[in-house]
Amino acid sequence: MKPFDYARAGDTAEAVREASGQGRAFIAGGTNLLDLMKLEVMAPDKLVDINRLDLKQITAAREGGLRIGALVTNSDCAADARIRRDYPLLSRAILAGASGQLRNKATTGGNLCQRTRCYYFYDTAMPCNKREPGSGCRAIGGATRLHAIFGASDQCIATYPGDMAAAMSALGAAVEIEGADGTTRSVPVRDFHRLPGDTPHIDNVLEDGELITAVTLPAPTGGRQIYRKVRDRASYAFALVSVAADIRMDGGTIASAALAFGGVAHKPWHKAELDALLTGAAPSDALFDKAADLLLADAAGQGGNDFKIPLLRRTLKAVLREATRTGDAA
Amino acid sequence: MQSTTLTINGQEHRLDADPRTTLLDALRNHLDLTGSKKGCDHGQCGACTVIVNGRRINSCLTLACMHDGDEIITIEGLGQPGNLSALQSAFVAHDGYQCGYCTPGQICSATAMLQEAKDGWPSNVTGDLERGAALTDEEISERMSGNICRCAAYPNIVDAIREVAAGSGANMGEPA
Repeated sequence: MKPFDYARAGDTAEAVREASGQGRAFIAGGTNLLDLMKLEVMAPDKLVDINRLDLKQITAAREGGLRIGALVTNSDCAADARIRRDYPLLSRAILAGASGQLRNKATTGGNLCQRTRCYYFYDTAMPCNKREPGSGCRAIGGATRLHAIFGASDQCIATYPGDMAAAMSALGAAVEIEGADGTTRSVPVRDFHRLPGDTPHIDNVLEDGELITAVTLPAPTGGRQIYRKVRDRASYAFALVSVAADIRMDGGTIASAALAFGGVAHKPWHKAELDALLTGAAPSDALFDKAADLLLADAAGQGGNDFKIPLLRRTLKAVLREATRTGDAA
Repeated sequence: MQSTTLTINGQEHRLDADPRTTLLDALRNHLDLTGSKKGCDHGQCGACTVIVNGRRINSCLTLACMHDGDEIITIEGLGQPGNLSALQSAFVAHDGYQCGYCTPGQICSATAMLQEAKDGWPSNVTGDLERGAALTDEEISERMSGNICRCAAYPNIVDAIREVAAGSGANMGEPA
């Protein structure tokens, strides 16, 4: 690990001030950042420890929603009685990721900022446009089992690996951000992560020094919430594909549908046209096939991940059947 | 150098160390508490698991300086020869190891895991999120998936944990 300066922030304004400038990074749980610093994939000059900030509460938000402080741990978020009752999708997604030890340390804000698990990003002997802009991408044409089928570029085919954010995308959550001079803004989770384009080193929309202070969830829709994750091991593995769904039925029709997909793109993948296709329709196998066709129309495999395209079709259809109770979910 | 005060197994320690020092390296190399083991050093194996403020974490993936004022329990604090904790005794009775390298992490992890279950925390295999779950073998395996045993003593590890869970009140939920 390269040497760095360490500072402990006492409040959010101090944190933002201390972290403004090149080579500076916040540290909260540190479960991903320290891993990357040990490998010298990341080498900040200064770490700003934000663990003492007062961002550890889950509180009621406007219009029946919930506000999750950025430092609420993944464990505390998944175990919160309100989240288990009203946003089981979020509990399920968090519990599907990592291990008990990691979830006890990982935070809500930090989890959103976790980096890709692309093998080539982690291997400093390899070129990687995300780690070292302009150096090239060895993943393209290489081992691509974990890689993107949506939104990749000729510079980067990495995926955002998280489960929690896929659930937050389906739930229509927003990220609260504090910047210089106390300015605040709110960004929908669906717009928080970027596609790689020709700047794959930039994962998300955070500007220099900006700090995530909370994630807000809108009021629950009353829909059936499902998180289905497919992975190489039964536990403690990243998603090959995952489907997050919040689907409300009204009689025989789908009154509202919101879906997001993990493990398939540089961001939790969301397609508004898919939600629109399902909303107001009567569930049927033909509809679910049409939905899968629409979702996968833009899909492109890289060779080693071609299997994700039929896998995502089947996983989506299984989730739709389960959510609309129109048949065997298997 | 960064000055940090840590309470470890009830005793206060002052540490003056490079901020790069992980909690694991502080325990092993600075404070001579070598029960916590370094396996992968990347948070994947769980051999370094310790309990900080009541919760299990990977001590290799956190900096000692981030824990100023924190209460830390290591395997040495759970019990000693002649005065073993219930889980330590159960691991011995059930032969929950072969080489023993992962064992301190397994026992620290299991100790805190039983408390999580007692607190009603669900897991990925819990059927009903709101009702909680009995600590079936499936629940124990899922909740312990952050601790790898390369000797694959898993059946005996589960036996040891199941025995202690049955007597600890960790089985709060109804059987599935």
